[in-house]
Amino acid sequence: MTVPAESLAAPRFALPDAAGHFGPYGGVYVPETLMTALHELTAAYEKARSDPAFQTELTHHLQEFAGRPTALCFAARLTQHCGGAKIYLKREDLLHTGAHKINNALGQALLARRMGKRRIIAETGAGQHGVATAAVCAKFGFDCTVYMGAVDMERQALNVFRMRLMGAKVVSVEAGQRTLKDAVNEAMRDWVTNVRDTHYILGSALGAHPYPMMVRDFHRVIGRELKEQILAREGRLPDEIVACVGGGSNAIGCFFDFLDEPSVQLTGVEAGGRGIRRGEHAARFEGGKLGVLQGSKTYILQNPDGQIELTHSVSAGLDYAAIGPEHAHYRDQGRIGYAYATDDEVLETFQLCSRLEGIIPALESTHALVYAVKRARELRPEQILVVNLSGRGDKDVQQVAAILKGEEGPSNR
Amino acid sequence: MDRIAAAFARARHENRAAFVAYLTAGDPDFDTSLAACRAVLAGGADLLELGVPFSDPLADGPTNQLAAQRALEGGMTAARTGELVRRLRETSDAPIVFYTYYNLVFSNGVENYVRAAKAAGADGLLTLDLPPEEAGELLAACTQHDLKTVFIVAPTTPDSRLPLLCAAATGFVYYVSREGVTGVRDQVAADIPAAVARIRAHTELPVVVGFGLSTPAQVREVARAADGVVVGSALVNVVAAQLADRAGLPGRLQAATAALAAGVRP
Ligand SMILES: Cc1ncc(COP(=O)(O)O)c(C=O)c1O
Repeated sequence: MTVPAESLAAPRFALPDAAGHFGPYGGVYVPETLMTALHELTAAYEKARSDPAFQTELTHHLQEFAGRPTALCFAARLTQHCGGAKIYLKREDLLHTGAHKINNALGQALLARRMGKRRIIAETGAGQHGVATAAVCAKFGFDCTVYMGAVDMERQALNVFRMRLMGAKVVSVEAGQRTLKDAVNEAMRDWVTNVRDTHYILGSALGAHPYPMMVRDFHRVIGRELKEQILAREGRLPDEIVACVGGGSNAIGCFFDFLDEPSVQLTGVEAGGRGIRRGEHAARFEGGKLGVLQGSKTYILQNPDGQIELTHSVSAGLDYAAIGPEHAHYRDQGRIGYAYATDDEVLETFQLCSRLEGIIPALESTHALVYAVKRARELRPEQILVVNLSGRGDKDVQQVAAILKGEEGPSNR
Repeated sequence: MDRIAAAFARARHENRAAFVAYLTAGDPDFDTSLAACRAVLAGGADLLELGVPFSDPLADGPTNQLAAQRALEGGMTAARTGELVRRLRETSDAPIVFYTYYNLVFSNGVENYVRAAKAAGADGLLTLDLPPEEAGELLAACTQHDLKTVFIVAPTTPDSRLPLLCAAATGFVYYVSREGVTGVRDQVAADIPAAVARIRAHTELPVVVGFGLSTPAQVREVARAADGVVVGSALVNVVAAQLADRAGLPGRLQAATAALAAGVRP
């Protein structure tokens, strides 16, 4: 788990700078009440990060509790169906609680314990981060409160029940459009109020420094394992890696150790919703503009005045107006490319993957699959395409069943 | 002397703290908001803090969140906020300070925002989610266009940050007397005089105290320690209670302001 000293000197490890900037993006944009807490968190994290005992403890829990390493799985029938590149799936869906989110929740919970915090708060969209946080809080004995938009509580009802079973208090957020962004606002309000004894486990590579860096680091294990596994299996690196991008944590965690491998193309897939029209999607690189939201400077869907725009995606976990600042930076650099998938494409591929591979993917992860299915056809059979399957779709089956029965079309929400 | 400094000097000359009233611009609609602002000034506010409504006010409690939502639903925009200040300037010379979030300042160019605010007649700017560490561009634009800046000091702010915060402020320093979001509280925090003294060691600027004050007695208590006392949610609650009778709002608001502002007058 620990990073060899010489690789720390490579340029990508220089980011963010000490104040949390990835080029012009990132930084710290929060009310004064939180500044000291963020400084303390940064200091505590820097210390833990270079402490072998912390890394050993984290690795232990990642293996024993979360179920790492996750498999790299050849998707034979999907590959055959596309008739192009070999498709591999990095199976983060096999982790305990059902998604990559547990990597970060474990890391931050161990850090909070070191910092002497008693209480944990979190926001959640799809509920996967909330479930992961509830699980680690149960495991380590923290008091846990999860903020969730009322719309998301309805479309992810199963996860609400799971969180409550594990002892978390789930607070319904009725403000704004009642989805992920509003849950983040409410979690930040809680943190401003209870900052002295509470740690906020932010669930994506978003927000003020040190969160984008810290969350990325806790997910880097995905890319590190993937590199070893594909080398063992194929004797070479993949030609392209694809991941969905909400805030951007599973993507950056998976991509990070390939950033300085120029032969590996990296592609993030955003939520195209009902199509790229105002208020109908959550593809920040399609019509978003530079701005500052919830702690960070990055691309944001906003109106000409700077008011944050409504977003839509069939997947609650990608339904968010801002993208993690590190993604904005690597997009500028041309190192990571971005695409989007629409709700309709996602619903089709959700069924395709289930039928051909016996794997029900999360709607979020399915965005990456939509791109991969199209892209594989453009590549040659000896080429390799890896999809980071960030989560499993159990949480989504009720919603998809309702949509397919026509009770709730993605176009009539 | 600029309007902000003049207002504090006048209060000091009268041997009292200044009374700072907060309202959300455009709440619940443009005309009612204009009348409401005029009413708090007539009721005895020395300075008007004007909340520029943002879709995601993460430092605000439910009272101000709902006010911002009403204002945005009522058609408030950046241009209309400027218009509101211009109209207020027709009848008042009281200092006006914008209270807002950085995305609104940033999204169309920081300098454009500052220039427009100054041209409309605003005197100062408080950006809740912009710490001095990230404020270089804003501070330069405010210096260039002579718009005063206000920065917040919190109970969690260590002494080591005070020089930075006090150096960034050019209008006044705002001590928020509690951790948390805006909203009415029952009790005044105990350690206000000590906190104000701590800040004064680093600045000659006025130090105002606010967050959660709602009664004349609380105002009186805080006025003994600070150069200014801010009341926000308690006044916004008056707006919220008059939604069905907007014509009746100015009278109510003027009376409420007068009762609260009596707390700064010996
Ligand atoms: C399975 C899954 N994948 C992806 C995401 C999106 O988050 P991120 O972009 O941070 O990976 C979520 C968020 O809820 C999720 O549950």
